[in-house]
Amino acid sequence: MSTSFVLNGAPTTLDADPAMPLLWAIREVARLPGTKFGCGMALCGACTVHVNGAAVRSCVMPLSTVAGKQVTTIEGLQSKPAKAVQAAWIQLQVPQCGYCQSGQVMSATALLENNAAPTDADIDAAMSGNICRCATYSRIRAAIHAAAQSIKA
Amino acid sequence: MTRPLLARVRPTRREFLKTAGSVTTVALTIGFEWLGPSRRAAAVVAGPSVFAPNAFLRIGADNSVTIIAKHVEMGQGAYTGIATVLAEELDADWAQVRVESAPANAKLYANLVFGTMQGTGGSSAMANSWMQLREAGAKGRAMLLSAASQEWKVPVTELSVDKGVISHPASKRQATFGALAIKAAALPVPDKVTLKDPKDFKLIGHQLPRVDVPAKVDGTAQFTLDVALPGMLVALLKRPPLFGATVKSFDATAASAVPGVVKVVQVPHGVAVVAMSFWAAKQGREALAVEWDETQAEKRSTSQIMDEYRHLAEQPAASARKVGDAAPAIKNAAHTVSASYEFPYLAHAPMEPLDAVVKLTASSCEIWAGDQFQTMDQANAAKTAGLDPLKVSIHTLYAGGSFGRRANVWSDYIVEAVSIAKAYGADGTPIKLQWTREDDIQGGLYRPMYFHKIEAGLNEKKELVAWRQVIVGQSIMAGGPFEVMVKNGIDPTSVEGAATMAYDIPNIDVELATTKNPVPVLWWRVVGSSHTTFAVETFIDEVAHAAGKDPFAFRRDLLKAEPRMKAVLELAAEQAGWSSGPLPKGKGRGIAVAEAFKTYVAQVAEVTVDDAGRVTVDRVVCAVDCGIPINPDVIAAQMEGGIGFGLGAVMFSAITLKNGRVEQDNFNNFRVLRINEMPKVEVHIVQSSEAPTGVGEPGVAPIGPAVANAIFAATGTRIHILPFPKPSKT
Repeated sequence: MSTSFVLNGAPTTLDADPAMPLLWAIREVARLPGTKFGCGMALCGACTVHVNGAAVRSCVMPLSTVAGKQVTTIEGLQSKPAKAVQAAWIQLQVPQCGYCQSGQVMSATALLENNAAPTDADIDAAMSGNICRCATYSRIRAAIHAAAQSIKA
Repeated sequence: MTRPLLARVRPTRREFLKTAGSVTTVALTIGFEWLGPSRRAAAVVAGPSVFAPNAFLRIGADNSVTIIAKHVEMGQGAYTGIATVLAEELDADWAQVRVESAPANAKLYANLVFGTMQGTGGSSAMANSWMQLREAGAKGRAMLLSAASQEWKVPVTELSVDKGVISHPASKRQATFGALAIKAAALPVPDKVTLKDPKDFKLIGHQLPRVDVPAKVDGTAQFTLDVALPGMLVALLKRPPLFGATVKSFDATAASAVPGVVKVVQVPHGVAVVAMSFWAAKQGREALAVEWDETQAEKRSTSQIMDEYRHLAEQPAASARKVGDAAPAIKNAAHTVSASYEFPYLAHAPMEPLDAVVKLTASSCEIWAGDQFQTMDQANAAKTAGLDPLKVSIHTLYAGGSFGRRANVWSDYIVEAVSIAKAYGADGTPIKLQWTREDDIQGGLYRPMYFHKIEAGLNEKKELVAWRQVIVGQSIMAGGPFEVMVKNGIDPTSVEGAATMAYDIPNIDVELATTKNPVPVLWWRVVGSSHTTFAVETFIDEVAHAAGKDPFAFRRDLLKAEPRMKAVLELAAEQAGWSSGPLPKGKGRGIAVAEAFKTYVAQVAEVTVDDAGRVTVDRVVCAVDCGIPINPDVIAAQMEGGIGFGLGAVMFSAITLKNGRVEQDNFNNFRVLRINEMPKVEVHIVQSSEAPTGVGEPGVAPIGPAVANAIFAATGTRIHILPFPKPSKT
């Protein structure tokens, strides 16, 4: 069985079990390893990607559900908010072990693409699904504010 | 890359000292400018080798400076710290520095703090690297200078080095390290070198950007999860549902019928499904039928185990520390205080579930992992494979967290992977063993459960004159090579932080009752101090309260002989505004201090507790003395992260057993801290001239008691059982 969708801007057809979670299709079939496996139950956010612009947990999303849709992974980030988020992540030295950070960057990017000036409460709402065991949370918050500022400037 | 990397972020030495006084305050407003490409921390890519004066340094003709890290980078900033220390004495340009992981080789890469074993742990990377890597860098620098001296026929004393360029100002000649590399390689390595005076440091103590950050922001950092070798298969292992159970029999019919499943093999630890993909392996494992032999298994519940511990706390135990005679002093005391504490099992739950890739043949074994105990893992893999350890090579990749989990003397996940590759046929097929989150939460090697009982005696003047503490729990070091460190029935990791308590009390008695059961246990970030600091620092608060004294002043008065501990306590109190008067109703402030791995940390927490008992930690002020600060921003990050890690554990986390079965299986029921629960953190670093010590773990120790003491200040309620009680309504 194959599923066709747009992956990081390129029309893509993956030949895989349609029930396979999108995470594993991206990683093992499309060979894009930036998206991580953390919990398999949409509890930690390490697998966050964008489907039609919305942040979703790819570990519980069957491949078949993205047929005809736009999927963006960390490898395909292009938008101005995305670049601002990544620059702020570097500026504020957010990552420690780094394993959750692809998911954090994807969630933060989706937030800023929809909300140019998020409040702390907005950040809590958008980011509380992304666990960081290194607890880089203070810097994530500061970096999202910094990215929002830099887009406005 | 001629633009000075640090120009924007680094104050001059004078400004640095002026603004710092005796304290560097690290705030998030300090920015970094990243100019380098993300190649700088390639974990396994070998750079060109031209000049390699020792096992830690290679300089290429392309002017690259490759620093070989024997410690794993698991988030703590080891790669950056290691590179800083060596590059400082080499006088390299930070922008030309890259880091590569060392192979397993105890002769070259033993952790000097551990002795003869290569590994990372006990917050030791900087303590170990301080002299060894400065010397390695200084020797490289001396040889490059000699090469320039010979090339230009001028005395070495007329040469200067700055940012990877050697200059002869008199003749205006300059050469990069790369240009001199071939010549330097032909020179003898000097026996002795003079190290820099710390006042001349250009990198150490400054705000250098981490070498691993860019690749961790664009998704290119390579973890074990990301290893993809030609023909590689994925294995999931079905492990026993009870600790101590074994495989009685299994039926692979349904599992083998799952498309993509290649083979089902039994190994000593369970039954593995080897498949073409993770998804196939997972479905195969779900379809696998295994019958378990549970006769030797732990079938009790944790509540029953705690009952046993409570009973043992009343029995005679081994003495871990004895000063004076506490029991009679308490009996004769004018006032007494007593409390008991219960600590749960805790999983480490690093974000990257355990994984390892093994390529095994009849004569060799190649391993890729976020490996933390390289030579231990090499030996265990060799034993499992039936090979000489020299035939086992290890590629150490970035570890997606560990918190102690990947450092274990059984090399559990490595040995599982090698066992599976062996059972599969040892035919050179690369196999990736992948743990799921459920495997991780239910897989054991937990921070042990503990019970503490503490009694104190005060005299008529309400001075603390006696302290008696009994600790009950399993030994982390028992049953492995570290058991030699268990002396007279005392595993030092069970009692550190209590037996080593800094308070000056005339009668102290700390005892340990070590228990045994089949639940496997392991060190967990900050090890013994993950429970002892909670007990000691909340109990001393109770004693201060009973004495009618301010908890900060009470501690300070007992730390007169401990200047570094006292200094961080005073710094945290001062920065937190401890003496600025009480907080409004429903809010409270608490303090705690700890020494762990020779680093001193004090924290003041401010909390709000609402009518339902919901606790919000609003602010944490942290003071740390870790000797000479190598990278202040990494130190601040480790304090922030340690606070978040420790806070999640005391507020939410517990592994419990019901009739032997672990009741938690994922992040929904093994709760950890999330961003909305993270307090504001301010870190203040003591400027010190002492040799550096570690920062990966010590920040975890004081946060639990600081918050518990703040809750008492807000509510009058003491917390004796972890995790904190759930709010009455949600």
